[in-house]
Amino acid sequence: MLLTIRSLTKSFPGTKALDGVNFDLVAGEVHALLGENGAGKSTLIKCLTGAYRRDAGEIRLDGRAISPGSTSEAQDLGIGTVYQEVNLLANLTVAQNLTFGREPRRFGLVDGRAQKRAAEEMLQGYGLNIDVGRDLGSYSVAIQQIIAIARAVEVSGKVLILDEPTASLDAAEVAMLFDVVRRLRDRGLGIVFVSHFLDQVFALCDRLTVLRNGQHVVTERTDGLDRLALIHHMLGRELEAVETQGHAEGAGVQKPEMLRFDGMGRAGVIEPFDLKVRRGEVIGFAGLLGSGRTESAELLFGLRRARTGSARDTDGPLTIDTPQAAIAAGFGFAPEDRKTEGIVADLSIRENIILALQARRGWARRLPRAEQDRLAAQYIESLDIRTSDAEKPIGELSGGNQQKVVLARWLAMNPRFLILDEPTRGIDVGAHAEILKLIGRLTEDGMSVLIISSELDELVVAADRIIVVRDRRHVRELTGADLTADTILAAIAADDSPDESSGKNPVAIAAADAPKTAKEVR
Amino acid sequence: MNPRTFPLLATIAIFLVAYAICSAQYPTIFSTRVAGNLLTDNAYLGIVAVGMTLVILSGGIDLSVGSVIAFSGVFIAVMLRDSGLHPVVVFALLLMITTLFGAAMGGLIDILAMPPFIVTLAGMFLARGVAYMLTIDSVPIDHAVYDFLQGAYYLMPGKGRLTFIGVLMLLTVLAGMIVAHRTRFGASVFALGGGIATARLMGVKVRRTTVLIYAFSGFMSGLAGIVFSIYTGSGYPLAAVGTELTAIAAVVIGGTLLSGGAGYMFGTLVGVLTMGLIQTYIIFDGTLSSWWTKIVIGVLLLSFILLQKALVHLSTRRQGAV
Ligand SMILES: Nc1ncnc2c1ncn2[C@@H]1O[C@H](COP(=O)(O)OP(=O)(O)OP(=O)(O)O)[C@@H](O)[C@H]1O
Ligand SMILES: [Mg+2]
Repeated sequence: MLLTIRSLTKSFPGTKALDGVNFDLVAGEVHALLGENGAGKSTLIKCLTGAYRRDAGEIRLDGRAISPGSTSEAQDLGIGTVYQEVNLLANLTVAQNLTFGREPRRFGLVDGRAQKRAAEEMLQGYGLNIDVGRDLGSYSVAIQQIIAIARAVEVSGKVLILDEPTASLDAAEVAMLFDVVRRLRDRGLGIVFVSHFLDQVFALCDRLTVLRNGQHVVTERTDGLDRLALIHHMLGRELEAVETQGHAEGAGVQKPEMLRFDGMGRAGVIEPFDLKVRRGEVIGFAGLLGSGRTESAELLFGLRRARTGSARDTDGPLTIDTPQAAIAAGFGFAPEDRKTEGIVADLSIRENIILALQARRGWARRLPRAEQDRLAAQYIESLDIRTSDAEKPIGELSGGNQQKVVLARWLAMNPRFLILDEPTRGIDVGAHAEILKLIGRLTEDGMSVLIISSELDELVVAADRIIVVRDRRHVRELTGADLTADTILAAIAADDSPDESSGKNPVAIAAADAPKTAKEVR
Repeated sequence: MNPRTFPLLATIAIFLVAYAICSAQYPTIFSTRVAGNLLTDNAYLGIVAVGMTLVILSGGIDLSVGSVIAFSGVFIAVMLRDSGLHPVVVFALLLMITTLFGAAMGGLIDILAMPPFIVTLAGMFLARGVAYMLTIDSVPIDHAVYDFLQGAYYLMPGKGRLTFIGVLMLLTVLAGMIVAHRTRFGASVFALGGGIATARLMGVKVRRTTVLIYAFSGFMSGLAGIVFSIYTGSGYPLAAVGTELTAIAAVVIGGTLLSGGAGYMFGTLVGVLTMGLIQTYIIFDGTLSSWWTKIVIGVLLLSFILLQKALVHLSTRRQGAV
């Protein structure tokens, strides 16, 4: 046995995050750690790597009792970790991040050239062709994630822990990560893999352990395990099926048009596109990371100023050149990068939920406390936010529950047009279904929703209409019978050669002045 | 080019342009004599700013440095007068004291999770108070070693004097550059400036690093105190009031981000020299009152903070935005 954990216990004020948990890791296996948001997965990992002090329990590595007091000690023991929260430094270069703590030295001083060389070597096999001398912060979240993984892999001599490493990766990057993980497994490492994507768990993992409310539920082999049984283990109940919405031909057409965008575009970001939004409609944006999905939405919301195009609603033209203007026009936008942009860690759940609403009212007109409490209670209930009470600082919630709070903030604004960028990322299967149901209810009340998602199944279930974005262009619109994962996939992958050059050009231009898009030109 | 270097390049450009303008008006400014004086007059400030740069890079602040300089001067003067110890021994003692003082402040900051501002503010009052306890008068220093150190210089072509303390300052900056940019410790300092929680997860030993950072600043303050005592030839408890703020200004004008995590040690040298140059210009002019120095420094400071804000804004906004 490579790693054994016996009756690990960890309490936070008001919560018992881990309650006598046992966990075994064999050398040469990929072991999934599963459970709802707040089940205790990240806490288990942090106790193991010395980021938290455990209250009780025993951890043995190679039969020897260990008790790392800091993450660097754990690294020295051969345990490499990618934590759920971003764990690299945007103000250091890629090379510095990759070699941090083990910089190559000459005569006691860090050797910058050797450092870059080492970093480049570490990135080999990840399909990244980037300048390691640049600041990490100048690259996209996906690239940063891969760099974090590369760093953890390098550190891990024995155990590699990946806490939701795939949340911001696209399909190709996930496949590449899986290759890397399998290679390491074959080399005899023990790998712990946390994810809410059950497909990935079944594809990659040999065994799995389920936690629920801080307790060990079951450890089993993945092959032969039934998916529904697994979900039952995780939730402790059956998952209620989400009825798909009426995709009957033209279901959305009868709905009255509410907003209309004509020729919205910006050179180097996204080619001009038109978009009609009907009342109570769910529109989906599908496409690869960096295809221009998010950028399109940012244009609609005024986060980036459109160079061309106009917006109007039934009453006349709208000027949406800033987010403030968008909010005033009744738009809402829950961004993709909620981990870093969304939360104010020291504020309570209640305060985080009413933040945007209060900002719109202006700080002079405080939302009555009773109303605040009502909103907080409502969303804690409807999004199933796992917390002891609404006054807990949001920083003390589990990663997935933090995401739910940020989502609640935008839902509480009750906008007429809500843009959700990857709304269910990092959220467990149970809550995932709840959120899709909630979106359904909101649209019945007349809200229009735009969902950007990499999860095609989710889009198919939720959306009335899907727009496929590729190479910074809106290339196809799918409705009715075309709304299947396969057609979306085909449309994303399709290669309409005649337009290839014109489609590629803006990418190249964007890449020249912007490191963030470096990935797309590789 | 890495956008990180923009503030540094801006600093250097501003310094060169300012030097060119000053020289055009008063050609003598472009001489080794003025250059030598620039180094000598700002030696103590440069040294203390090296320590301050490291502290600011880590996301902290050290308000105690001015008081520590005053304490150092008084300590040296009183010890030399009363104890008969050799200056080198006194220097070693002093550096030990100020380094430990800094380390203690760093320890408090980390253990009590207190803001550096508060802890070093207390340190500022404490050091000034102890200086007063030693003496309330200006104590002249009279020692052969001091005469030697004050008189030691290398005559550059053009009759400029490259003094001992000027060279010491340049060496200190060099050492600071190595510590900040070429050691693992320096990488940890930048990591702290980028975010303590993340730094901890990356394996930075936060307590040790914090203690070392403030110890470093304490050491530099002590060294600056020695240089200041050589420069003025006395110890005075009211000396160097407000030097901490001047040092912070020099660091920021040198292109280091006040919130930590980005900057260059070399920039601080340029910042110090820029401030010195303004002063020199005003002296040359003769009609300008010395508060012009403060106004120009204020304007420079403001423009650098604006420049940094703009850069941070640009680098966090994705490309193509607004
Ligand atoms: N720093 C903290 N302070 C207080 N409570 C905490 C802290 N970190 C976690 N908790 C609590 O411990 C419990 C387990 O959280 P943990 O982060 O381990 O969940 P998780 O299984 O990783 O969930 P997710 O899938 O959302 O990431 C939660 O109830 C959470 O609120
Ligand atoms: Mg977690």
